[in-house]
Amino acid sequence: MPIKTEPFAINFGPFHPSTHGVFRMRTTLDGEVIIDLEPVFGYLHRGIEKLAEGRTYTQNIPFTDRLDYLASMSNNLAYVLAVEKLAGVPVPERAEYLRVIMAELQRIASHLIAVGSLLNDCGAFMTPILYMIREREKILDLFEMVSGQRLTYNYMRIGGVSQDIPDEFLPALEKFVERMPSYIDEYDRLLAENEILLARLKGVGILSKGQAINISASGPVLRGSGVEWDIRKVDPYSVYDRFEFDIPTGTLGDSYDRYRVRIEEMRQSLRIIEQAMKQLPSGAVKTDVPWLMLPPRGEAYAHIESPKGELGFYIVSDNSAKPYRFHIRAPSLINLTALRDMSVGWKIADLIAIFGSIDICMGEVDR
Amino acid sequence: MSLLDTSPINWATTGTLSPDWPGGYWLHWVVFTIIILVFVLAMVMGFIYIERRFVARIQSRLGPNRAGLFGLLQPVFDAIKVLVKEDIVPAGGDKLVHWWAPVVAFVPALMIFVVIPFQDGALLADLNIGILYVVAVGSVGMVGVFMAGWGSNNKYSVIGAMRAVAQIITYEIPLGLAIISVVLLSGSLSLNEIVNSQNIPFILLQPLGFLIYFVSACAELNRTPFDLLEADSEIVAGYHIEYSGMKFAIFYLAEYIEALAVSAIITALFLSGWRGPLLPPWLWFLIKVVVVFMFIVWVRGTIPRLRVDHAMALSWKFLLPVALLNLFITSIEVILWPLVLPWPIILLNLAIMVVLILLWSRFFKLGGGRVEV
Repeated sequence: MPIKTEPFAINFGPFHPSTHGVFRMRTTLDGEVIIDLEPVFGYLHRGIEKLAEGRTYTQNIPFTDRLDYLASMSNNLAYVLAVEKLAGVPVPERAEYLRVIMAELQRIASHLIAVGSLLNDCGAFMTPILYMIREREKILDLFEMVSGQRLTYNYMRIGGVSQDIPDEFLPALEKFVERMPSYIDEYDRLLAENEILLARLKGVGILSKGQAINISASGPVLRGSGVEWDIRKVDPYSVYDRFEFDIPTGTLGDSYDRYRVRIEEMRQSLRIIEQAMKQLPSGAVKTDVPWLMLPPRGEAYAHIESPKGELGFYIVSDNSAKPYRFHIRAPSLINLTALRDMSVGWKIADLIAIFGSIDICMGEVDR
Repeated sequence: MSLLDTSPINWATTGTLSPDWPGGYWLHWVVFTIIILVFVLAMVMGFIYIERRFVARIQSRLGPNRAGLFGLLQPVFDAIKVLVKEDIVPAGGDKLVHWWAPVVAFVPALMIFVVIPFQDGALLADLNIGILYVVAVGSVGMVGVFMAGWGSNNKYSVIGAMRAVAQIITYEIPLGLAIISVVLLSGSLSLNEIVNSQNIPFILLQPLGFLIYFVSACAELNRTPFDLLEADSEIVAGYHIEYSGMKFAIFYLAEYIEALAVSAIITALFLSGWRGPLLPPWLWFLIKVVVVFMFIVWVRGTIPRLRVDHAMALSWKFLLPVALLNLFITSIEVILWPLVLPWPIILLNLAIMVVLILLWSRFFKLGGGRVEV
């Protein structure tokens, strides 16, 4: 007599150790195999887009910190770029360089958490993520020097940055840039060629080139699928056109490629920081802008390559002190839409690894 | 012989022990039951502390260092915390099964120590089928795990329980085969006799058997890389997700007691048990047990978790055939050269291990992958 089996539904989340926040995956399982998956989000919705319409342009900067709280500097940057575009505010040279340094440090910090939590989700009992948090702490120390904060920096201002770097910042940064490559090598020595990890990540959760483009994925998820698309190269903002760096890409589009892309991007970010440190000019760090800005009627969209992908701010102004419409293109949310395609047919353990390899931040997904 | 002649002080310093120490049947029973209970509880406390401190060193942090000297009291305070927690039986759970599961998991783990020799002849019962008893009793604990998974009325715990059963059935076979190859060398099933016959540790004569036993034992212990049934990042805590308070503590204890038992068995089977120069035998036994345990912790702190199908494939496609070949080769060696000097055999066995592992990993395919749905 054949054994009668039936699929059963199980909710991963909203409170699950591997959902990195409050996110729910409503899955249908056949034993261990996932036969259907529906992502449910909105548990962290705070209505930031609407709230921003009630505050002035400067007051909105701290809001952007709360989007992707693992990459606050990048969010600040994208927002102030959009407002500067809208109001036509020039930015001093030194401020541009400082912004680039901060954005690249932030990219390293965010990728450290992304890779660390991916390996943690694969079951490497806390060791890799603690190694990576160790280096992230050093980046946070640097951020604390310039902004006084360790998580929500609120450092960028419209027309520059809030304050110049202190004297001890550059030596500390130099030391960090000098040491970081050996730490990245250490992570690679720890697990990159581990047989278990290769079996868990290689060929798992493939996102083909076409699919990735169709869902308008961006960031390491898109580059892992082999598309050489980086806003810093294709539409350079700030002073990115003055630096030399490569865009690492994967070939297959599996979880392992996304993991490798992130590791390589850290090395490239270090290259950019090194060049920026050498070229860093002196001078003012902020253009004087009126306390209450009244940008001309119109709209502006500015996008940057945030650690998680293309982060864009779309702002409509009606010539008042507050934005008329404030929209955020959140890369995490859009990358997350690929989850179902990637994970159907794989096992529970793979679902967790695939989910980790997308690298989302719920603060940004739900806004 | 009176108790005074063979006082524990004398025993501890010289290591000499009369065969019928500490005397009559009932006295023997009482003394060793107390020794086992004290040993197990003290060692489990120690193991929890060692694991937390050692993993912390691996992860470049300090670990518990506030409670007592060097944080030595941390396990005590953990135990107190767990004892005062509320005990919950989930709604819709099978109350009876839920209650009995920790007991069924705990008791067999403790029963293993009946046959573990702390030094020559110092064991509760020198069963002539000692190692068979260990294998038989050791797998009963998994029934408790399955009961916990089933009685909790939770889907995660059912998945965990299913994984547990699949894993225990799978890894019991290479484990048994690795033990048989040791038994072939020693010619006895009694753990005391096995230790007595190890003039050189069997890890040298049976390197492949040791590897197979170690991997399978890790799987039986449900420790990384085989902690599939409690996979924290996948099914949250697996079978003990719905347990709290004392019942959870018992599961937790059972897990560490099993780790202690496996360390002790590896010590007895492969590391020549209590035998060693200079130091008293019971100290050698303790040192070896702790070293084996630290090795298990080291593995846990380094390696990611296997996937379910990979774990199954590893056992059925790799460990089982290699264990069979190892058994075959060992039997030939035992028949052909029973009296030959050990050193050529050691080198030969090391070579056979390397060749077999390299050769078999050529044929070994994990399989699995995406299922069309």
